Amino acid sequence: MTDILKAVELCKDYRLPRGKTLQALDNVSLTVRSGEVLGLVGESGCGKSTLGRCLLRLTDLSSGTILFEDQDISRMNDHALRPVRRRMQMVFQDSYAALNPKRRIGDLLAEPLRVHPDENGQKRSRQVIEARLYELMDLVSLPRSALTRYPHEFSGGQRQRINIARALALSPRLIVADEPVSALDVSVQAQIVNLFTDLKEQLGLTYVFIAHDLAVVRQISTRVAVMYLGAIVELGDTDTVMQRPAHPYTAALISAVPQPVIGADDRRILLHGDVPSPISPPSGCRFHTRCPKAESRCAQDAPQLRLIGNNHEVSCHFPNI
Amino acid sequence: MSGVQETTPPGPWRSAFRVLARNRASMVALGVLGLMVLLSLLAPFYAHHIAHTDPFRANVAGSFMLDGKTIDIMQPNDNPLHLGLTPAGPTWNPSAYMLGSDSQGRDVAARLLYGGRISLLISFAAAALCIVIASVVGILAGFFGGIVDMVLSRIMDIMWAVPVYLFAISLSIVTISDGLHLGPITLEADNLIIPIAIIALVYMPYAARPIRGRVMALRNADFVMAARSLGVPRWRILLVDILPNVASSIVVLAPLLAAFALLTESALSFLSIGVQAPTASWGTIIQDGEGLIYSRPMVAIAPGLAIVIVVVALNVLGDGLRDALDVRETSKRGA
Repeated sequence: MTDILKAVELCKDYRLPRGKTLQALDNVSLTVRSGEVLGLVGESGCGKSTLGRCLLRLTDLSSGTILFEDQDISRMNDHALRPVRRRMQMVFQDSYAALNPKRRIGDLLAEPLRVHPDENGQKRSRQVIEARLYELMDLVSLPRSALTRYPHEFSGGQRQRINIARALALSPRLIVADEPVSALDVSVQAQIVNLFTDLKEQLGLTYVFIAHDLAVVRQISTRVAVMYLGAIVELGDTDTVMQRPAHPYTAALISAVPQPVIGADDRRILLHGDVPSPISPPSGCRFHTRCPKAESRCAQDAPQLRLIGNNHEVSCHFPNI
Repeated sequence: MSGVQETTPPGPWRSAFRVLARNRASMVALGVLGLMVLLSLLAPFYAHHIAHTDPFRANVAGSFMLDGKTIDIMQPNDNPLHLGLTPAGPTWNPSAYMLGSDSQGRDVAARLLYGGRISLLISFAAAALCIVIASVVGILAGFFGGIVDMVLSRIMDIMWAVPVYLFAISLSIVTISDGLHLGPITLEADNLIIPIAIIALVYMPYAARPIRGRVMALRNADFVMAARSLGVPRWRILLVDILPNVASSIVVLAPLLAAFALLTESALSFLSIGVQAPTASWGTIIQDGEGLIYSRPMVAIAPGLAIVIVVVALNVLGDGLRDALDVRETSKRGA
């Protein structure tokens, strides 16, 4: 498999008043392989969304390099990025906030088709755009009559379908989905996850799927990256990470998923304290303040991601192997 | 989209209009405003064909007919020595000095209608100009942020530091003696554009600040982020995503600004630094009535009432507009 996206040592700092900085991303490196679904999990505030936005250059990086289809996009300006944007798209968590409330669905979906020229560099005609809109509605199983309606007339699940249709309008290769189902009812969640899976098969898409719900990630992703406090702590095939988590944080996360088994609670790993502030992150390993296995070395020496098995990387001095 | 218009639901603007149309108070206010504008427009007709008078010419020696009797416009005072003159009081008859005469023998009713033309023209024009300037300033500052925002916001802060009326009075006094000469632009002192521009300018920060805040919030909205990720150019984002969403905030400001502009115009004209004679506005008529306040109070009360009616109507309309346009903002998170 080829790599569609390669991120190297991404850092994102936010300047705060009084000379403080918030380190949202700390030296994050990862590759997304063509055709895979990379799940990105972690608690709120761990930098998942920031990473997703940085990967698509919707937020400027502080440092680091992003190669998209072997093209360095990390220093491109808005104008140079425009042709690249056709091949990478985003689906947002809040399906309502992501749609301009003052425009009809047809206009919202036609926007990318109007802004970008077609393959031959020509402006698309109205007939071509209309035909494409019908195609898109069929792809996401919405009635064509929806095109003349406004966003507030739809349910959350339907709106997320509209967002997906818009992201698909230009036939992208990569879609970053930022918690696309976490604002939806559980029954609707399943439908949308299935839609994502179907579309991937049909259109040969690659996803970066951001979520905090491990069950959803387990269902859809082929690989998983676990983030803690702006850094990736574990990366590997979904089954490996879920069944044999090497990082103590991953182990704690997975043990927190409710199990329909009597006595399952006994195996729960309880973490104490809160996530430290990214304004003054702990020295050494960022997880050592809450880690059940931490030793004195962990407070001084920051572990790097290293390969511990087939495709399985972890940043821990004492991983469970 | 052509071809897909089987059941077209109402757009956000049309549904807001429907809400407004159901709001009885707003509709009454709108009717009152329409009536005031209509009456003002009919001023020449009233003066020439009903009252048969020239409201801009002094007529202290004249007389008028009422119920077959000839009445002097200026009547001797009823003090024992019959010293001094008092203008005729209200007759309540539209064809003869309905609201009485002012101290120069002019028909107050006719002047009131002519004054309404000027007062309403200045207040609506000033509100419109103010909104245009404030929208440009607010949208630029909010959308581009950074240095643009800093410069514009500091300028607004400086304007804010000066009380509105003090600012308006100062500018009026500077321009009252020999107009405004800015490079190739020369405006005579009696040009109506001067009070319009002054009023628009002094209220600009009050309108620009909320617009700026709204644009700043919209700039970080997910749908703007979505548009960026689709590769929509910045100017197009401003045009199709930002502008239609601030438009409602701008529309809501309009009637309130018109009300403030009317009050400011009247105040300036009352102080004789707004509209210049022979042009009349409600403010100048109040000033005409100031000296007659004990003998012929109607001269000052009539334009005062007109101002109150219009300002109240504008405020009621503003409330109605806010309710109508806010419906989308609040009830949208359902489902």
